[in-house]
Amino acid sequence: MATPTTARSGEGLPPELADATRDETTLRRFLHGLPGVDQVGVEQRAAGLATRSIKKASKLQAIDMAIAMVDLTTLEGADTPGKVRSLCAKARRPDPERPDVPQVAAVCVYPDLVATAVEALRGTPIGVASVATAFPSGRAAREVKLADVKQAVAAGASEVDMVIDRGAFLSGRYGLLFDEIQAVKAACGDAHLKVILETGELVTYDNVRRASWLALLAGGDFIKTSTGKVSPAATLPVTHVMLQAVHDWHKATGQLRGVKPAGGIRDTKTAVRYLVAVNEVAGPRWLDPKLFRFGASSLLNDLLMQRRTQLEGHYSGPDYVTVD
Amino acid sequence: MSENRLGIAKTYKLYVGGAFPRSESGRSYPVNDSKGKFLANAAQASRKDAREAVVAARKAFPKWSGATAYNRGQVLYRVAELMEGRREQFVTEVAASEGVQTRRAQSLVDSAIDRWVWYAGWTDKIATVLGAANPVAGPYFSFTVPEPTGVVAVFAPQESSLLGLVSVVAPVIASGNTAVVVTSKERPLPSITLSEVLATSDVPGGVVNILTGSAVELAPWLASHADVNALDLTGAPTILRAELERAAAGTVKRVLRAPSAEPDWTKQPDISRLRAYLESKTVWHPLGV
Repeated sequence: MATPTTARSGEGLPPELADATRDETTLRRFLHGLPGVDQVGVEQRAAGLATRSIKKASKLQAIDMAIAMVDLTTLEGADTPGKVRSLCAKARRPDPERPDVPQVAAVCVYPDLVATAVEALRGTPIGVASVATAFPSGRAAREVKLADVKQAVAAGASEVDMVIDRGAFLSGRYGLLFDEIQAVKAACGDAHLKVILETGELVTYDNVRRASWLALLAGGDFIKTSTGKVSPAATLPVTHVMLQAVHDWHKATGQLRGVKPAGGIRDTKTAVRYLVAVNEVAGPRWLDPKLFRFGASSLLNDLLMQRRTQLEGHYSGPDYVTVD
Repeated sequence: MSENRLGIAKTYKLYVGGAFPRSESGRSYPVNDSKGKFLANAAQASRKDAREAVVAARKAFPKWSGATAYNRGQVLYRVAELMEGRREQFVTEVAASEGVQTRRAQSLVDSAIDRWVWYAGWTDKIATVLGAANPVAGPYFSFTVPEPTGVVAVFAPQESSLLGLVSVVAPVIASGNTAVVVTSKERPLPSITLSEVLATSDVPGGVVNILTGSAVELAPWLASHADVNALDLTGAPTILRAELERAAAGTVKRVLRAPSAEPDWTKQPDISRLRAYLESKTVWHPLGV
């Protein structure tokens, strides 16, 4: 992988990290030299932190924070411009009866619907994220993937969610993957790049840690757990491992990178557990929509219902939130 | 041998979503017979258990209300068969809880089983009786069909532990609603056995959820819960009833009022309880071309 792009990514990195990106051999040596993940330990710690109870004012604050971190997502074959527009309306004002509810961070759609979303969100700080690079499988020629990205960016996407080629990763072709992420990053221009690892297909925590570092080395602004199309999607222990990676990356380089768990986070209780993990593993600095996002669709409704429960003093129901 | 054998004191659990969870609060309370002798421990449900039960009932509603009336009737009839199989257990529990003679308990249990069969028979007849093809002055059909209301919170009678329970729960589910039942606090054992019957019957999990514990504690939460569509106050604490109706009005629930003294449950019922949880939908159809 003696491509000229490697020099660019090495800029500003400490020598040991810059050295890792020199060629495929050094990259492999670096990734395999990462300490292994203690599976029992990380699962126990994730379970332990999940037992924390967040109540009353803190809960309300956590709910508002989680709402501001949601990437409101619709990634169905049946998506229509109308559905995307109604989703955008919900992103602008999640609970029409309560204007004090914060807006979500972004709306996430397929590339061909980016233009619709951009139009519907004009004049708001809400970002438009687009999945790209042959989502969700990532199985296409690189030219096709790059064209996918360019189209999304040209249509106005401010964030691009790429999927990695899991086949290349699992067969050890790290160089190929590194180049690909860099090429996509270059094609993104000013748009933020989120790298979807699809942890459900990486099987082990060691692989998740390696893929995380690989994506960070190649310039991903965010690392994202899953496409939402594969089960298991986001889990707490996997997110722990990824949060450790961005935390360590910050310690080594001073750069702040984000994490986005996606898929399977459906209720407030789970979302709050993730926030606790973010605070404990990465640090309070990451409790910011710039550095932590939830990829979700049904989560927002549950957050809104719980918010109403907190404020109104009685349980709310799905009849009182919009149906998507 | 049997005199030396150590008795096994049971600690029962709740019945929510087809499973038997402990109370989220971890509490349980002793249940005594009519003479104050210890019978068993029952789980004492908290407001969060009530919340979970409503979630389970809501989840079960589309399938149960969408099942054909005939199918619902078959499922309910099967419950009566299973109750018949547990007749002895019911008789023992009713006799101990209500302090009645065995003969009287037998008669109460038989009435309860018959009551269940009676309501099972109504499932595919209620639409004909309460629905209508309305006469209209125009080239239209106008139909009125009864539809289930949704999730019904039922406060079961405090006195009649099985016959009363069956008389309030069966009409709710026969018409296609799902139920969250708060049982008699002092006499919960027959309801727990009924939950074991339901769990082994064909009634889908979540259609009936049974919470043992204090109605005083749970009632305000269920009455104000926005995802509960109707409230049966039969066994609700008398002093709270006005307050419960007020809370229920906040989300426009249907409320079935009840006299504070329990009626004679052995009397043959009419269909008023079935009607209480049905909404009438009227549809206008242009005549076919």
